[in-house]
Amino acid sequence: MSLEVTPRTLPLDGWHRARGARMVPFAGYSMPIQYEGIITEHRWTRERAGLFDVSHMGQLAIAGSGLDNALERVLPGDIKGLKDGRLRYSLLLDAGGGIVDDLMVTRRGDGFYLVVNGATKAADIEHLEEELPRGAVVDHMREQALLALQGPAAAAVLARQAPGVDALIFMQGGAFRLGDVPAWISRSGYTGEDGFEISIDVRHAEVVASLLADEPEVRPIGLGARDSLRLEAGLLLYGHDITRETTPVMAGLTFAIGKRRRAEGGFLGHERVLGELQQGPVARRVGLRVEGRQPVRDGAAVVDDEGTEVGSVTSGGFSPTLETPIAMAYVPAHLSTPGTPVKLASRGKVYAATVAPMPFVPTRYKR
Amino acid sequence: MPRYFTREHEWIEVDGSTGTVGITDYAQAQLGDIVFVEAPPAGTRVDQSKEAAVVESVKAASDVYAPASGEVTEANAALEAEPALANSAPETDGWFFRLTLSDPSELEKLMDEDAYKSFCASL
Repeated sequence: MSLEVTPRTLPLDGWHRARGARMVPFAGYSMPIQYEGIITEHRWTRERAGLFDVSHMGQLAIAGSGLDNALERVLPGDIKGLKDGRLRYSLLLDAGGGIVDDLMVTRRGDGFYLVVNGATKAADIEHLEEELPRGAVVDHMREQALLALQGPAAAAVLARQAPGVDALIFMQGGAFRLGDVPAWISRSGYTGEDGFEISIDVRHAEVVASLLADEPEVRPIGLGARDSLRLEAGLLLYGHDITRETTPVMAGLTFAIGKRRRAEGGFLGHERVLGELQQGPVARRVGLRVEGRQPVRDGAAVVDDEGTEVGSVTSGGFSPTLETPIAMAYVPAHLSTPGTPVKLASRGKVYAATVAPMPFVPTRYKR
Repeated sequence: MPRYFTREHEWIEVDGSTGTVGITDYAQAQLGDIVFVEAPPAGTRVDQSKEAAVVESVKAASDVYAPASGEVTEANAALEAEPALANSAPETDGWFFRLTLSDPSELEKLMDEDAYKSFCASL
């Protein structure tokens, strides 16, 4: 008997392989880690436009009545103030204020459209079905693929195929035709660049992916560069930088807690979260610039002068843009001010690092 | 000069009692973009099949094992300034370190080039 879990394939599996991707298991799926090389793909996205297949992510449609109140119970964001066709970064919290997942929520007509992480989507659906009142129906849109087109050339490229998309501003979405294919397109992404996320029926996934990837400014980009791009942009990876052990205040995500919600509470975990907002958290997520050339990775310890572990690195790698190692870590609140020197320990070695503001590389959203 | 290979994708080229060690082209292709190499400094004692160097790609850190035991005489300084040499010239200018072999009979456990090629083809 084999206990090995065979990763599932995504709609574009053959398309990736035909374009030379190296496939690896990720979030339970076989996914492209790279095509021509992570650094080349990273730079291409920062300079032109990269096409990402993120069909592993969970796309959920929530329908029913009284949804604004229902969603405000599970999300700390101002859902009532979210206008039609606008999206917002938000968090699913548990009763203790721990983060169950991070997500994008869009108001689409009478309902809501959520994009959640691939590795957590099953648990998210369970959590939502448990916590949302009866009358709210969660539909996992398995028939939808999700692509992202990111980079300074993304708007010009996409407008050729989907006229009108360049009128969208950051965190706005709408229904468009991409070629002959109906698509829900939002101006959003996970790279720090201007760009779009494109939801289409899986039956059209290959046609749309080719249509975009065949544009001269566009190349397909793998998970490797997706990770280095998001790290430079200071964006979090669920399961690493945020977990059920971290809260929105510790993670520096207080912008995702609506002003009205801070006054009123009424969301899962609000006692802990509102308490931390007032008193400050014990630990905070920070950015780190690491001295030297050697990347310090997820799992390395933050240590004090006596070598005692006081925090941990949750993401780390080499920044192709800055050509230096960068990382994210949780540190005690008194060490969280930019400019503070800290020491990191990994594999028997100690590294000097400095707390740095994030994003590491300026974002270029079209606001 | 004879060149030997390990199942962990290191190579060693032997000239008398001196060996030059690096990673193979197959290894660099698997690792992807290499951003850092830590080769052992001169004077380090290394043991066959034990960790001797660290190579960091954008993706992950990997240990490099010594193909044979001995004392390191030189680390490749060029790799410090340009780690990508280990991608572009893994089996020539991108060598990691040189050592004086303490037991040349250990080389008998390694593969020759043909055996290594068939080994890679079987992976």
